[in-house]
Amino acid sequence: MKIFVPIKRVIDYNVKVRIKPDNSGIEQTNVKMSINPFDEIAVEEAVRLKESGKATEIVVVTIGPEKAQEVLRTAMAMGADRGILVTTEEAIDLGAIEPLMIAKCLKSLIEQEKPDLVIMGKQAIDDDSNQTGQMLSALLGWPQATFASEIVTEGDSTTVTREIDGGLETLKVKMPAILTTDLRLNEPRYASLPNIMKAKKKPLDVKALDDFDLNTTPRLKLISVDEPPKREAGEKVENVDALIDKLKNEAKVI
Amino acid sequence: MSILVIAEHDNEELKPSTLNVVTAAKEFGEAIDILVMGENCQKVSKQAASIQNINKVYCMSDAQLKNHLAEPLTAGTMQIVKGDSYKYIMSPASTFGKNLLPRISALLDVQQISDVTEVVSASSFKRPVYGGQAIATVESNDDVKVITVRVTAFDAAEAEGGQAQVTEVAFNPTEDFGSTFVRLEVAQSERPELTGAARVVSGGRALGSKENFKMIEDLADKLGAAIGASRAAVDAGYVPNDYQVGQTGKVVAPELYIAVGISGAIQHLAGMKDSKTIVAINKDEDAPIFQIADYGLVGDLFDILPELTEKL
Ligand SMILES: Cc1cc2nc3c(=O)[nH]c(=O)nc-3n(C[C@H](O)[C@H](O)[C@H](O)COP(=O)(O)OP(=O)(O)OC[C@H]3O[C@@H](n4cnc5c(N)ncnc54)[C@H](O)[C@@H]3O)c2cc1C
Ligand SMILES: Nc1ncnc2c1ncn2[C@@H]1O[C@H](COP(=O)(O)O)[C@@H](O)[C@H]1O
Repeated sequence: MKIFVPIKRVIDYNVKVRIKPDNSGIEQTNVKMSINPFDEIAVEEAVRLKESGKATEIVVVTIGPEKAQEVLRTAMAMGADRGILVTTEEAIDLGAIEPLMIAKCLKSLIEQEKPDLVIMGKQAIDDDSNQTGQMLSALLGWPQATFASEIVTEGDSTTVTREIDGGLETLKVKMPAILTTDLRLNEPRYASLPNIMKAKKKPLDVKALDDFDLNTTPRLKLISVDEPPKREAGEKVENVDALIDKLKNEAKVI
Repeated sequence: MSILVIAEHDNEELKPSTLNVVTAAKEFGEAIDILVMGENCQKVSKQAASIQNINKVYCMSDAQLKNHLAEPLTAGTMQIVKGDSYKYIMSPASTFGKNLLPRISALLDVQQISDVTEVVSASSFKRPVYGGQAIATVESNDDVKVITVRVTAFDAAEAEGGQAQVTEVAFNPTEDFGSTFVRLEVAQSERPELTGAARVVSGGRALGSKENFKMIEDLADKLGAAIGASRAAVDAGYVPNDYQVGQTGKVVAPELYIAVGISGAIQHLAGMKDSKTIVAINKDEDAPIFQIADYGLVGDLFDILPELTEKL
């Protein structure tokens, strides 16, 4: 079984982001970048499937700037076998490159690579779109199981437990299929130093997004990026009685 | 021509989230149709028809639609969308809508706008990004606008008094969808539903165990509140996954939100900072949660919770 894992390079989840003074986007220079946390979980799941003898090859792919090869190396240090970097100069966080375009590019790569399973994140923590996996599934006509917290592959199908608003849902999808990860699927490993060194020698293909026959005109125009309404800190109260008094007589919520 | 709202329901009841989407849809000032897909969903269709100012309701009832799997729902929606020229297709930004709408968007070759919190004009919208650390205003150039709506940003539409006509349509499946439903584990609770609750009490890692989390339940019951949790509390197994509030859990905006033993990570704030009144109880006076709390109480939750529950 061959597994294909699309990963995105995003601002690290611990960073408090800064809005550019001209409100045209988020400041990306001199900011710590990392692999999108959900995608790291996707890589980990693929590596576990390989370790358990179910998967034979793991291909990781990212669409982004030259520097995005860092996240491919991280994934290869975790255990992926090879990487594909599709380069673009355009902004991938909120700007020109949108989920629909990413899904189309991934579709074209998948038609070449012919994986049995695609495991990807449910959401990129920059655009918070939560779209790409579902779009890819629809475009390919492959079944989807999103927001996975447990994945069991057996024969030509995969049973997936999904985190949904009402609780947990279990589905069985025929492979090839698209799965998207939720946070509780696994805890990603740290790459060891020897594995980081080894990853540097693993094959990495570089392609240009422009060479894919896609219409890359953005459908959404980013008009502005602004601060959310600011919430002022209130006051500290002395004790439980003071709190109850405030809630009753000031906020009038109880 | 008009707007199609895809209803969220469980074959028994229309979910209140659909009412919030209708309110968002009204901002476009065009006729609103509602599509109800499921099995034996005639009752739900009637509920949809009694929402005020609805043009018509489609009821598509079929065994294959029973469990709301994304693939058959996509086929059902495409069937309706092809026969009409909808300008907007909308659903709540719940796990239901998030699972379905991007598929429809891809098949229509348009770029979905996720999690809309404000309709600025017929083609421009506001949506939170970076876990709510920024608000993006985007303008769509697509002919059809596929939109998921953040339900806490819009009031519920009037659920009674409408008299839209219900049209039954057959589901004409053409393919093997490749996915089958196995089971659903619904967390049963007598308490109000988290997303729509007027009051929410949330507990964090500091509760320390499933048993201790009962202290949160006691306070919630005293207040008639729903229960929420931080990711850390869910990961530790104190509560089920559907209690998680935050960037990747549920977004809530109740009248009163009480955060107990929660530090206030960006990802948690993303799910609750639009609450009207926020109370934080934490023993660390520098915990970030205090920066957005209206009322902060510094102290040990194991002393404060029992006292608060008792005195209320
Ligand atoms: C991609 C991603 C998505 C995420 N999504 C979410 C999400 O949707 N929701 C979410 O909540 N988190 C999310 N997180 C996790 C988030 O970053 C935090 O790790 C998490 O919110 C911390 O939970 P906590 O506040 O309960 O725990 P901690 O940060 O450990 O805080 C515990 C708090 O309890 C206080 N405390 C300890 N003992 C006591 C006591 N006896 N009395 C009173 N106070 C006490 C401490 O002072 C501390 O402030 C996400 C993380 C990532 C990477
Ligand atoms: N530029 C990208 N390159 C590779 N994969 C991506 C890219 N953008 C998004 N993805 C994948 O799609 C998932 C969902 O992203 P989104 O729909 O943007 O929230 C991510 O978790 C990744 O797995």
